[in-house]
Amino acid sequence: MTTIILPELGEGITKATVAYWHVQQGDHVVAGDEVCEVTTDKATFNVEAPATGRVKSIAIQQGQDGLIGSVLGIIE
Amino acid sequence: MNIIVEDWGIIDYTLAYQRQKSLVQEIIAGGTGHLIFCEHPPVLTLGRTFTEGSLLYTKEEIEQRGVTVQTVDRGGDVTLHAPGQLVVYVILDLNLFKRDLKGYLEKLEQVAVDLLKEFGILAVSVPGKRGVFVKADKIISIGVGVRKWVSYHGVGINVNTDLSLFSLIKPCGLDVHMTSMAKLLGRPKDMDEVKKKWAEIFSKTFKGEMTS
Repeated sequence: MTTIILPELGEGITKATVAYWHVQQGDHVVAGDEVCEVTTDKATFNVEAPATGRVKSIAIQQGQDGLIGSVLGIIE
Repeated sequence: MNIIVEDWGIIDYTLAYQRQKSLVQEIIAGGTGHLIFCEHPPVLTLGRTFTEGSLLYTKEEIEQRGVTVQTVDRGGDVTLHAPGQLVVYVILDLNLFKRDLKGYLEKLEQVAVDLLKEFGILAVSVPGKRGVFVKADKIISIGVGVRKWVSYHGVGINVNTDLSLFSLIKPCGLDVHMTSMAKLLGRPKDMDEVKKKWAEIFSKTFKGEMTS
């Protein structure tokens, strides 16, 4: 099981908003695939799958904020 | 660090976006950074944080005025592009700049402020509001996307833009009026001069911040 983490986006950025999920629960992903977009401060950042597998769950839904380092979803 | 400067002239928004995406892939594969100048036929782009209230007319009414509406994967709300607005796309490996989104946006704003100063316009960036302002009016909009730490999209500088088109929207979701270099200077500004100056200032600002 691997967690998809909201990555560090630079100094002074403590949170970001999940703008869009490219995948849904149950989808198969390959490591490096873009799984979601997070936005902060007029920038959109594409988050990649850290591992190959199935999306077990999505923890932060579209439109919700997450703190840097928090779990966006889980791949198994 | 080399940055390739290109001028795409007046180009359809979608085509320019596809070209940007190709360049992003090239840079991910180790290619050189690009600074691209262009203008777009009238188009409203809706960013990821777009809210319906930012369009002041229906999509049909807007399109009747010859302005297309398009959803795009960049940060921010709604932005207008039209001839006379200098769009600068920056396709750059941000791994060379400390992987710092906020720092990157601030640098772009600084280039914009310095550019306007060169033309005798006193502009500022405002904490909490991205973009560059002259008094209360917005003159430059910013919105970027990042893929594998390579940037795309960039800034829109209202050089000679037909400002009446902004009455269709709340620019970037803000209750703000837009202005242009032409309006502030009282005459149209030569676009090539602005491009040249932007390239100079950009090169100076970003080179100085290289970490490797």
